[in-house]
Amino acid sequence: MYNKIFDRKVDDIGLQTGIDRLTPEKIEKTVNEVFSGETGAKLKVYHDTCVRCGLCASACHYYVSHDNDPSYSPAGKVTQTISILLDKKGKVGPDFIYQCAQIAYTECNLCRRCVHYCPLGIDTGYMMSVVRRICHKLGVTPQYLQDTAHSHSATMNQMWVKDDEWTDSLLWQEEEARDEFPDMRIPLDKDGADVYYSVIGPEPKFRTHLIYQAGAILHEAGVNWTMPSMPGWDNSDMAMYSGDFEMMGRLKRIHFESAQKLHSKKIVMGECGHAFRSVYDQGNRWLGWKDYPVEVVHSIEFFAHLLKTGKIKMAEKFPGPVTIHDPCNVIRGRGLMNELRYVVSEICESYIEMQPNAEHNFCCAAGGGVINCGPPFKNVRMDGNRAKADQLRAAAEQGVKTVIAPCHNCHGGLEDIIEHYELGLDLKFLGDIIYANMVKTKAVEE
Amino acid sequence: MYNSIYDVVTGPLAWFGWAVFILGSLYRMASLYSEAKKKDVSSLAYVKASYGFNSIMHWITPFATLGWKSNPAMTVATFAFHICLLAVPVFLGAHIDLWYQWFGVSWVALPDTVADTMTVLVILAAAFFAYRRIAVKEVAFLTTWKDWMTLIIAVAPFLTGFLAYHQILNYQFMIVLHVITGVAWLVFIPFGRLSHAILGWYSRVYIGSEFQGVRHCNDW
Repeated sequence: MYNKIFDRKVDDIGLQTGIDRLTPEKIEKTVNEVFSGETGAKLKVYHDTCVRCGLCASACHYYVSHDNDPSYSPAGKVTQTISILLDKKGKVGPDFIYQCAQIAYTECNLCRRCVHYCPLGIDTGYMMSVVRRICHKLGVTPQYLQDTAHSHSATMNQMWVKDDEWTDSLLWQEEEARDEFPDMRIPLDKDGADVYYSVIGPEPKFRTHLIYQAGAILHEAGVNWTMPSMPGWDNSDMAMYSGDFEMMGRLKRIHFESAQKLHSKKIVMGECGHAFRSVYDQGNRWLGWKDYPVEVVHSIEFFAHLLKTGKIKMAEKFPGPVTIHDPCNVIRGRGLMNELRYVVSEICESYIEMQPNAEHNFCCAAGGGVINCGPPFKNVRMDGNRAKADQLRAAAEQGVKTVIAPCHNCHGGLEDIIEHYELGLDLKFLGDIIYANMVKTKAVEE
Repeated sequence: MYNSIYDVVTGPLAWFGWAVFILGSLYRMASLYSEAKKKDVSSLAYVKASYGFNSIMHWITPFATLGWKSNPAMTVATFAFHICLLAVPVFLGAHIDLWYQWFGVSWVALPDTVADTMTVLVILAAAFFAYRRIAVKEVAFLTTWKDWMTLIIAVAPFLTGFLAYHQILNYQFMIVLHVITGVAWLVFIPFGRLSHAILGWYSRVYIGSEFQGVRHCNDW
């Protein structure tokens, strides 16, 4: 039963070379180091109290999408990984570690939807994070995910963006934007600004227009803002997902310290989910901060504020109906569902709710670092999220043409699902719609 | 012979059962709490009584959570099972005498027919759980001998009690078996899967606090 996962083994050079270097002794030592040094009562209680009732199964999009295959159920993943590591006290072979890594890194998005199904309040996401932590310490990580973690270590950003390329990208976008907004700046290292705007590595790398749009919105709203010229600008954190918690801590520290050095009043972050999670949930805890040292506001909340205070007005509303994809890290993770609906109702003519929605929404299957595991695992995401395609199709049948997803990972994931299942839907960030349809008092007349 | 065996099982053996149950439960709860204080500070810091209370209230209300709503049959079985499982041993007429004998306390008894019906409900719910362990694939996938043992320990006192009450098979044998299985029931609560009876509150209160406090979102 335990080897069932190898019926679907995916070849990954990172996982393979990782296990090739392992010995049973090293595995045992590392596993027990994590159990004795890093985990405690929380893991024991979760593991001991699970009564194996199977209620969590239908929570998981992988399970649902694979015709209710029990090996994809949350508790099923636990029994195939950490249960065995605990029961055997780490006395397992390298192949078993491959199995653990494939399940924990690519067949669980750490979305925590299963918590809503568990009468005992067991957090499978936490247990999968512990498995990832063990795999990281054993050097068994998917190659593409590890590449982003290496980038974090070398550059303090996710996409190998060099320091001069970063400022160059910002100046480039400023120059572009000046054709439309002659007075617009992307102010670098401004001291004491009200807003420190931070983005994720992929924005300067290949979604540069998002920086343009954010600049335009901040400029139009008359916000006193800045961006840092030095490392710390990237709020993303794939190290959190690879299990490299030491690096996760360093990333969060430099992010907050960069804002503190500029005496910024608060950090506003772009439309990203996992970066937000690493700020309020995991990175801060690793650093021993109960909360964060500088207030962090997600774009959803910030846009809601700009619209409520009239700093941004919409010239016209986006033609509806649209539907809303609720990203796990900002909705189930931070309860921004009402703000999100407020923003969508202000900028779109109408919206139709996906079912299930809000904190009960199905994950995009890209989050939790799964999309960052790269091409070898693309089909894991596609086959593993037919549930999302069904949800989107049901919305499309009610006349929806556009999906709003205020999270980069969700965007990547949904884009692939829409293409794979030929759903013919458009995908938008909130910023896309706000930028395109807001009243531009500071722009040149066309 | 029967009387002396009966005296032993309801005397020293029962006290052994109570001792393991009470001391074992206290030990497990206290040791895990102190371990959490040492090693899970970054989780324990978010625990708040009101969040834990909200979470418990929702999860002990049938159909008040997504999990319960998604599995109606399991919801009915689980609530029937647990309510009867707790009420019958405490309020059964024949047990009231034992409460008085052991602890010198007494309270109102359930009418025997009600207690009998509730016992049947426990057995039927257990049969349903057993059916799920065999026939429902996501449950069968997770099931090991530990789960069968848990189910057998949980239902055995009810099965033997029912048979004894209705004087099916040998009454004297059955009543002794009933007490022994009842003691086993107590002894195993602090350990293994049955410990969800005492430790489930920890995970519930914590996840309630984490969801409502950190995630600003309900955990139901």
